[in-house]
Amino acid sequence: MNTINNSRRNFIKSAGALAIGTTLPISLIELAFAESSQNFSFAYISDSHIQHIKDNRFVRNWDRGLIRAVAETNLLLPKPDFVMYGGDLAQLGSKAELDHGAQILSALHGDVRYVMGEHDYYLDLGEYWEKLFGPQYYSFDHKGVHFVVLNSIKTYDDWTFKRWPTAEQRMLEMAGLDNPNSSPFMVGDEQRLWLKDDLDKIDKDTPVVVFSHSPLQKIFKGWNFWTEDAEQVQALLKPFNKVSVIYGHVHQIQYNQIGNISFNSVMATAWPWPYPQAYAQAEQYLPKLTVPMNRADPFFERDATGWQFINLANGNADLNFTLYDNTSRIVRYNQKQKRPEDAVYQDEKARIIPQTHY
Amino acid sequence: MSTYQKITLALCLAFATTGSALADEFTDADIQRWQQQFMDVASEGRELWTSPKLGTNGVACAQCHPNAANTHPETYPKFQKQLGKVVPLWQMINWCLKNPLEGQPLAADDPKMTALQAYVTYERRGVKLEPGKH
Repeated sequence: MNTINNSRRNFIKSAGALAIGTTLPISLIELAFAESSQNFSFAYISDSHIQHIKDNRFVRNWDRGLIRAVAETNLLLPKPDFVMYGGDLAQLGSKAELDHGAQILSALHGDVRYVMGEHDYYLDLGEYWEKLFGPQYYSFDHKGVHFVVLNSIKTYDDWTFKRWPTAEQRMLEMAGLDNPNSSPFMVGDEQRLWLKDDLDKIDKDTPVVVFSHSPLQKIFKGWNFWTEDAEQVQALLKPFNKVSVIYGHVHQIQYNQIGNISFNSVMATAWPWPYPQAYAQAEQYLPKLTVPMNRADPFFERDATGWQFINLANGNADLNFTLYDNTSRIVRYNQKQKRPEDAVYQDEKARIIPQTHY
Repeated sequence: MSTYQKITLALCLAFATTGSALADEFTDADIQRWQQQFMDVASEGRELWTSPKLGTNGVACAQCHPNAANTHPETYPKFQKQLGKVVPLWQMINWCLKNPLEGQPLAADDPKMTALQAYVTYERRGVKLEPGKH
């Protein structure tokens, strides 16, 4: 806890932003600008995988993760301007799961905006989700920042529309992370055309923050830590001076820098996933920059889930991760190196044993 | 050489000459058959690993362990600090069946437990044995 408090004091001193009064296990994101009256924060909750058993029963473990995040988000001071929900609210996209998840989220104070995850989508292709939460992709401006939300978990039409006899089977096939019958995620032509049009109207000095469920970069295809048309999306973001992509799906800390684009993942409220290098048969490309989080301890139900406080001062992301049962982590944008770096563990010699995944 | 040793040696030689034609000869077809036997059980293990029916709440092993990653069969038996003793892999599998899957444990020699272990170790093939490693 000391680390995070120190980082906050430093952050507050250097950026002149408002203090966040609590250290809570959800994703808190603060944008700080030279004009301090424009500073604001938002919270980020993601990947809750609310799972229906039958009748009125849901998997207790996943429910508790989301309930805890919602309760703690409501305690944040100062109040975040809005809350982002990063996708995979449901496990198998059913009305029961989306309704139950929406009901838990309805306890949140203030506006909530949503990102589509594959577990929400592949039963009815987002129809019920849209009724509850609104459009699948959109943009908005808030205090000088242009925010874009993409549905990045679409895939080839042939797979979506022709391959499976029932919608339920399609959902099940996509829900298995390691299922070889699955299909790579993509943003797709329609949304890329929309994105180009949307970004054409934005001044190139405006900080742009993109929310997607899948990483808009290619890490490991076998588990869809991947977006098939990532390069094409990155090309559309290239003309901007400051771009941050914030994504869910991976249930672990990842960060990377590709040209002008900083990539940061957010934590899951449900459960952590192994880093791809833990699969001995895999060819994978975890960003070299990423210092992994500690190996999860299964005996602590909420271990390896947590929150991050993100300061986007000058349009670059500084992340302060608070993990439920682990030491806090800080990943700051290094202005000299022009990339995110862990404040303590970035140097090979500074790493600790639990960060070794094998 | 004592009398006892001489007798033992003589017995060994006798078995070596009479038994060798049967014991250690097998063909490519044998190897393929035995490998297939293993792969069938490993495939059953994969089915169980991804099945919502192993426990009672619909949660599958693969939800947290895609491709059985982060199970580290090559490190068992090992000391589990939370259990306070050295345990083989099947005991840790049972811990998962009882807790995240809210189900019943399997007997050590239950064919389902054999299948689960066959799958988990198959996904770790090629990784060197490091019993006790954390």
